[in-house]
Amino acid sequence: MFTGPLQALVDELGRLPGIGPKSAQRIAFHLLKVAPEDAMRLAEAIVDVKERITLCPRCFNVAEGDLCAICSDDRRDGTMLCVVEDPRDIVAVEKTQEFRGRYHVLHGALNPLEGVGPDQLRVKELLGRLDDEAITEIILCTNPNLEGEATAMYLARLLKPLGLSVTRIASGLPVGGDLEYADELTLGRALEGRREVDA
Amino acid sequence: MSLYRDEGVVLRTIRLGEADRIVTMITKAHGKVRAVAKGVRRTKSKFGARLEPLSHVSLLCWQGRELDIVNQAEVTDTFRAVREDLGRVAKAYTVLEVTDQLSQERHANPRLYDMVVGALRALDARDAPLLVPAFCLKVLALEGSSPVVDECVSCGEREGLVAFDIIEGGVLCRSCRRGRSISPAALELVRRILGGGLTSALAEPDGPLAGEVTDLATEAMEAHLDRRLRSVRSSPTA
Repeated sequence: MFTGPLQALVDELGRLPGIGPKSAQRIAFHLLKVAPEDAMRLAEAIVDVKERITLCPRCFNVAEGDLCAICSDDRRDGTMLCVVEDPRDIVAVEKTQEFRGRYHVLHGALNPLEGVGPDQLRVKELLGRLDDEAITEIILCTNPNLEGEATAMYLARLLKPLGLSVTRIASGLPVGGDLEYADELTLGRALEGRREVDA
Repeated sequence: MSLYRDEGVVLRTIRLGEADRIVTMITKAHGKVRAVAKGVRRTKSKFGARLEPLSHVSLLCWQGRELDIVNQAEVTDTFRAVREDLGRVAKAYTVLEVTDQLSQERHANPRLYDMVVGALRALDARDAPLLVPAFCLKVLALEGSSPVVDECVSCGEREGLVAFDIIEGGVLCRSCRRGRSISPAALELVRRILGGGLTSALAEPDGPLAGEVTDLATEAMEAHLDRRLRSVRSSPTA
């Protein structure tokens, strides 16, 4: 429809998640209009990320260089390991500034309906880390949905017999939410996990 | 667009866009429905955990051309005991997968719906080893594809039934034998499941007999669907 290179750009943009053909055209024409250095900066950022970002061979977080920033940081507590589904979950946990241990990324959760079993996740690598590192506690930080809960139960069944402390993140009400709108499952768990109030 | 009320069981969900999900449900009056649950992935979503797979909910939805939109959802049953037991979750996944494969969009099948809810309630009450095979065999009977278990499908002989071939449609005698072998105890158990003795069959303990009936029912269901059951092949308890 458009001239060669422009059509190629529209086609490539159209393959990105959430970008339809119209959005692809709009972004392509925007890139045509912007200053050449702005467009080159975007192109370089894409090339850089593909060339320099890899998966950390220890925790499977995204990494620049050999180990990721968290694995290569000696100040982190090597005895605690937080198991998450996705590298983006690490960012969410890090923002809390409550956890000083290290991570392990599974890259998914058990989903038998989609054919995702334990072999498709980084479970073997997790077990391998237990031999090499001085880990004493594992925090199962998978999503609080059916797939995430099933993954946590599966890992607990594998890890508990090894004599480790295996914990699951609590689930309950979001801060700032209304009790009236809480669903029964969440509210039930929040009641179950209630805590003594410090006077 | 029109608004409708119904009740349903969530079969599966897929992510859509930034914070939405497409929820596939079997409903009592509208058959299989695919509906968008907007903002459901946000922690402060009004839906919370209500539209997770397995949830039995009463719904208020806007009917769309292809996808409906979930307006409100109230939980009837969360099947919490199932969710918190890996073995039962694996069984529930198979019930949901079979239902997803057999139900048709916007084509009500109240008997299948009642069977799904009944199976999940039974699983919530007790982890019966034969729940999934019993569900598969009962659903096959509902579909009109119940295996013949009283006589040889080939010659009509009623004694010495020793084999089972799903392609033939049931059990076979010694002289016509094809397919897999079937023990007399397993044959008696399948007869009980299909012939009104479901409660006693569900009380059967786990063991080689339950394993034989499970394999047989899985094979029969896979032959009927003409596809493998993913939830059985990639089960975390396998």
